[in-house]
Amino acid sequence: MLATTSTSLTTDLWYTIRATGVVALVLLTVTTVLGMLAASRARTRRWPAFAQVDLHKRATLFALVFLGLHVLTAVVDTYVNVGVLSAVVPFASPFRTFWTGLGTVAVDLLLAVAVSSALRQRIAARTWRGLHWLAYACWPFALAHALGAGTDAAQLWMDGIAGACSVAVLSALTWRIGYHRTTREVEDRVGAVTRAVPLRHRTTAPTGATGRTGGPSAPTTTAPTATALLERDPR
Amino acid sequence: MSRAAVRLRLRVDPVACDAYGFCAELLPERVTLDEWGYPVVDGRPVEANLVDLATRAAAECPRRALHLDRVAASA
Amino acid sequence: MTTATLHRTERLLRTGPDGPADPGLATHLALHGPLTVPPRDDREWSHAVWAEVNRSGLTGRGGGGFPAAAKWDAVTRSGRRPVVVVNAMEGEPASAKDRSLLAWSPHLVLDGAEVAAALSGAREIVVCVADDRDRTARSVGYALSERARSGGGRPVSVVRPPSRYVAGEESALVGWLERGDARPALRVDKSVPLQLRRRPVLLHNAETLAQVALIARHGAAWFRELGTAGAPGSTLVTVSGAVRTPGVIEVELGTPVEDLIGRTQPTGPVGAILTGGYGGAWLHPSRASVPFAPGPLTEAGATIGAGIVVVVPATSCGIAETARIARYMAGESAGQCGPCVFGLPAIADDLELLAVGRGDAGLLARLQRRCGEVAGRGACRHPDGVVRLVRSALDVFGDDVRGHATGHPCAGHAAPTVLQFPSALPTRAGAA
Repeated sequence: MLATTSTSLTTDLWYTIRATGVVALVLLTVTTVLGMLAASRARTRRWPAFAQVDLHKRATLFALVFLGLHVLTAVVDTYVNVGVLSAVVPFASPFRTFWTGLGTVAVDLLLAVAVSSALRQRIAARTWRGLHWLAYACWPFALAHALGAGTDAAQLWMDGIAGACSVAVLSALTWRIGYHRTTREVEDRVGAVTRAVPLRHRTTAPTGATGRTGGPSAPTTTAPTATALLERDPR
Repeated sequence: MSRAAVRLRLRVDPVACDAYGFCAELLPERVTLDEWGYPVVDGRPVEANLVDLATRAAAECPRRALHLDRVAASA
Repeated sequence: MTTATLHRTERLLRTGPDGPADPGLATHLALHGPLTVPPRDDREWSHAVWAEVNRSGLTGRGGGGFPAAAKWDAVTRSGRRPVVVVNAMEGEPASAKDRSLLAWSPHLVLDGAEVAAALSGAREIVVCVADDRDRTARSVGYALSERARSGGGRPVSVVRPPSRYVAGEESALVGWLERGDARPALRVDKSVPLQLRRRPVLLHNAETLAQVALIARHGAAWFRELGTAGAPGSTLVTVSGAVRTPGVIEVELGTPVEDLIGRTQPTGPVGAILTGGYGGAWLHPSRASVPFAPGPLTEAGATIGAGIVVVVPATSCGIAETARIARYMAGESAGQCGPCVFGLPAIADDLELLAVGRGDAGLLARLQRRCGEVAGRGACRHPDGVVRLVRSALDVFGDDVRGHATGHPCAGHAAPTVLQFPSALPTRAGAA
């Protein structure tokens, strides 16, 4: 009796690990796609930007919940030996060390992104932005982990899900890169005024703004009568 | 019963603003965007029924550029 | 208070071609007389001098027009020792008065800074000279070494912020001193002094301090002998454009603009007069009898600015010149605020089209709309100045505007400009 109970518990845990992992991957895909769409600042009346960002944040929250369950069950479960350390330390798991490690990397990256976003108002804008770029690295690690460490990788349904996620992310990425924005180069002028501003600083405008770069293009000829204003040199 | 007449006014910090436009989406009654996507804020006090939306708009600004200031109402 | 003889309207610039060609300390003392400034806090002296400056009605000569004595009030109220900052940046291309003053009467400016420091309890003076004005910096440096040899005063340092239009704005200058960031800051309450290393900043234009040095010597009544009741004293004006002898002149406030221009001999009929600088306003020549003083100029739709007058001849096109100014000013935006970064180039675009007569039917309406949208929506007054200039252009050149807008620009639009613009690229990007 006891043996059966523990086996069914182990099995439940085992299924939970896999299930929460798949759901986490899907949610991570959703939030990554939403994040890319939101960053492009494309919007419609029915799909306003604030809602895109809001949904992106909520999807990440859900992903974190399922990821949390996934990591917890994986650590607790005795069927495979993952070890508590592997929750945050990559490549510390005896079970499929490399592929599990990739998952840990994904978790670390996601935590960095999530925590920095939670503290967004308290940290420098540049810091937040730099950390948020790590989000792009998070999803590939998660997918690789799912295919390498996940024991369902060979199954058709899992392949289907992985395929759909990949298509979604790659399409969003292509669209994100290709989305046409009128950029305006401001910092050629700004850079001279300050030491703090880095050399390239782009301010973007929605399409429709006239695309002139700043800087005087007026003729700088000086009329003969307006010779240099008094620059009397005392010595 | 009279309530303390504290008015709330919206104000944009033009240096912080990066034309995300969330404020105009959330509160079109008070914020419109100019042709370059930057907010033009109606300076009138915010009516009671819009205060929640205004608070949310200020909180959701990614650059924290929108402020809801308490302005003491004149007698 | 002094035994030196003073010419009627020559107070600040008494050395140079018309006088002793030597801005040194000995000449300075011979011309203006000595000035004793207490090295330590001296309440009686401070009160006396403050009262004189207050009574004199001296207002800032850097374009702000703020009463000098009131600034001191605000700074001393905070309780901490302030820092005196001398603003000799002169970012307006059409202005040369501050560098002339520092070249020819540096000791007056330094005296004034010393007075301001003694009065406010400051123990430190910082002189800001733009990084492309080496001659001016050398002049100040030499004057400082002369003063050091003859017994010093409070420590004075000369710093070289970037030579950009907005870098001379008060909050930009203090921002550069504090963080190396010469961009204007958003100031919610202008009566609260700016801070430098947690000390309040007492910032004055160089000419204002030179006037202070004279008031400390000769008193308020002497100062008010010139000028009008509402605008007392003398002021330096830079006159340029289509005139035979462009340069810096010292005039009594209230002098009619046409007399002022007359002194520099216009080369021909005057088409328009630019007042206040590139962020100022146009004045129609028919109104040139207006007194050169803040109030009357503003009433006439013009502005005094930092004492700048540019004479545009009748053979030029005011719209074309306005377009050039707008383009220059668009490039000088600090780049912090969208309406300025995008609005000013857009306004310049339309003005250029208008100048050559290639505008579309909606151009004027669009220009007006954009002016309304850009003004007041930046952190500083840079876009506001441009909008003021553009609006005054549409008013003063109203007749020409109609012709230009319908594809018939005036003949002058192709004439060479009488305006001066610094070269397009900054001389030193982010100089250390």
